Amino acid sequence: MFLFFISSGLFLGWTLGANDASNVFGSAVGSKLIRFRQAAIIASIFVVLGAVLQGAGGSHTLGKLGSVDALGGAFTVALAAGMSVLWMTKSKLPVSTSQAIVGAIIGWNFFTGNPTDMNSLTTIVATWISGPILGGIFAVLLFLLLQFILRKRKIHLIKLDAYIKYALLIVGAFGSYSLGANNIANVVGVFIPSAPNIVLDFGFFTLNGTQLLFLGGGLSIAVGIFTYSKKVMMTVGNSLMKLNAETAIIVVLAHSLVLFVFSSQSLSDLFVRIGLPAIPLVPVSSSQAIVGAIIGIGILKGGRNIQINVIGKIAIGWLLTPIIAGLFAFFALFFMSNVFNLKVSSNPSKYVKGDIVVTDDAKVSIDDKTKSIENFYPSDKEVATFKLYKPAVIIVMIILLLVIIYQLYVISRLKEKDKLEEYQESIDRYDTQQILLAKELKTTNDANLKLEKEIDVKEKEQKKIALSIIRKNEILSTLKTEIEMLKSKPEETLKYADLNTLKLLIIENLSVENERKSFNTYIRNLNESFYKNLELEHPGLSENEKKLCSLLRLKLTSKEIASILNITPKSVEVNRYRLRKKMNIKKNEKLSKMIRKL
Amino acid sequence: MINIFKTSKAVSLSIDQFFDKIDLGTLNFKKGVQNYIDGNLNEFAQNLKSISILENEADTIQRKIENDFYLHSLMPNYASDILNLLESVDNIIDRSTDVLSQFDVERPHMPEAIKKDYTELLNLTVRSAENVVPAARIFFTSPDAVKDRIQKVLFYHRETDVLSNNIKRKIFQEFDSLKLSEKIHLRYFALHIEQVSDTCKNIAHQLSSLVIKIKM
Repeated sequence: MFLFFISSGLFLGWTLGANDASNVFGSAVGSKLIRFRQAAIIASIFVVLGAVLQGAGGSHTLGKLGSVDALGGAFTVALAAGMSVLWMTKSKLPVSTSQAIVGAIIGWNFFTGNPTDMNSLTTIVATWISGPILGGIFAVLLFLLLQFILRKRKIHLIKLDAYIKYALLIVGAFGSYSLGANNIANVVGVFIPSAPNIVLDFGFFTLNGTQLLFLGGGLSIAVGIFTYSKKVMMTVGNSLMKLNAETAIIVVLAHSLVLFVFSSQSLSDLFVRIGLPAIPLVPVSSSQAIVGAIIGIGILKGGRNIQINVIGKIAIGWLLTPIIAGLFAFFALFFMSNVFNLKVSSNPSKYVKGDIVVTDDAKVSIDDKTKSIENFYPSDKEVATFKLYKPAVIIVMIILLLVIIYQLYVISRLKEKDKLEEYQESIDRYDTQQILLAKELKTTNDANLKLEKEIDVKEKEQKKIALSIIRKNEILSTLKTEIEMLKSKPEETLKYADLNTLKLLIIENLSVENERKSFNTYIRNLNESFYKNLELEHPGLSENEKKLCSLLRLKLTSKEIASILNITPKSVEVNRYRLRKKMNIKKNEKLSKMIRKL
Repeated sequence: MINIFKTSKAVSLSIDQFFDKIDLGTLNFKKGVQNYIDGNLNEFAQNLKSISILENEADTIQRKIENDFYLHSLMPNYASDILNLLESVDNIIDRSTDVLSQFDVERPHMPEAIKKDYTELLNLTVRSAENVVPAARIFFTSPDAVKDRIQKVLFYHRETDVLSNNIKRKIFQEFDSLKLSEKIHLRYFALHIEQVSDTCKNIAHQLSSLVIKIKM
């Protein structure tokens, strides 16, 4: 039943986490200096720590304002505050959880007939006003200090960026701690008198009912941060603080200091010890502290960034939020008590000024004079203690074991993956080597074939030269015989015809037809691939034209070609012209160049 | 996250190295043009070679800086502005190399009477570059001190403009012995030298807006 009733407080915690985390990390996440995941983890851890370790102070003051001594009443008060925040946020009205809960408690006081402690109310209202002002003062001082340091140190912008990233994390952690410490009272403060009287003993630390309540509240804030604050950080948080990174750090730090000051019992005690008045421990609005800090820096910079309407909105928030929440609470309590017969107060008429005597269930007595936190928690006599040392150790051991097993599994998977990758790599290497070897083999075979062909051609050439020598010898011997025959004839019988016969014989043998033929064969053998390409590209070429092409490929001039083909240079020119036409070569292109390209 | 200190140190060092290259490039540009004007063509060729090497090195460093900025999400709000600034600063050495290369390729004929004016134009241009590089350098450590340097850059740019116009007027009105083609050629070289100072002016404007942005 208790868990059901506390749900309204947890809902309030969720809205707080969703909205107020952006005050701490909005600027850093919005400007992408820090990743949201990182910010959310840090914020959640420190919010919970702040709530559990330092959350009692604010709750104490709220308790003095009106101790909601029945679980039904606490549920209704928290629900009314939560609904007011939700409705006002939807209606785009300035709202603060701190002011809503105070208004709802006053509503409860009105409904149950408990008089409101005016001293506490005055302190709380004074804190609401002084919170933003203090935020502004802190911001101005810190800003001046930072400017001084930056001027003196002349840090490189890039290095400064790195420092800022770390500073944002540290300041954010501190801000989250202060937020948890100060605002946890808003979330679960009204439930403290109804908190179960239990102590969980974990051996090395204990958690009593109130601390468990704070832990639950802190966790609900953490859930709010994780589930919804990203959206707020990217929109509201970003638009609220269009500041550079250094100013953002100052603003967040000033805000955190305000929340810390109004929630630290130790600091308050220190003030008392040195003769100063005690600091009231009151939940203050995180957003208003931020706005105060921004305005402070705005004033320092010459008032350029000050938005008067923002100050007006804060003032409206101070008035409107408690009134709306009070009315909500009053009607909700009326509804709950009359419709559901819910017990909203254990003793509506009981009110003790100064001392607050609260529920019979909780049997908690708050000693107003000492204001000690320990006294605010349930007394040891009625407390049920659960020794959780052994279960806690076992759970921790199990978790550790699971983590170790998981790590071992991850390591073995990684090793397997590495082995597989290594194996795959060696296969790839082997395949590549094989391909390379095959290519090498092919290249060598091709080269061998080419060499064989060359040898063949050379042999033919040798044969041809040998034949030519034999033929030349034959001709010379024929000539010798003819001349000897002529010499043997008497001089007077020598005729012109005989000499002409000799001349014809020489002319006949001088004819290069045979050589030309063999030369052509030689050329053809040499240019076998060229001929193939030529036939493929230009299939309609005649044998003579192909020959011309092969000679042009050898960069021979028209004159040289003419002598080889035994035609006139003019004929070569004509043939070249015809060849150009057949091969469709443009006017600006060279025939020999085109042929060499084949 | 811990590496960010190491990275930021490395990047700040790279930025300093980059500016060193630009500084050296400017000096080579000055020496190169002066050597050409004085007719020391061997030294000029050496200057051209040096500036080309420096340009390549500056480009390499610039690419490394860009890479680090994107890889480590450095200064996400100002990254593009800072990288644009570095790109513009790199334009100084690019433009200077181009000018020297044009001198090398085109070999403009420079009459004795105009040489002094070209030397003065070169000095003014180089002074604007010599002021803008420290301004860009100091932006990274003391953005407030940038303003003083910018004023000097703008002053030298204005002076360069005036002198460049005077040279052009002089070429076309007083040098009757020159052919029209030579006059046009000389005019272009006054324009080329002047463009280096224009680049410096653009950087000065970029710097002043960046200072406002970063101080907001």
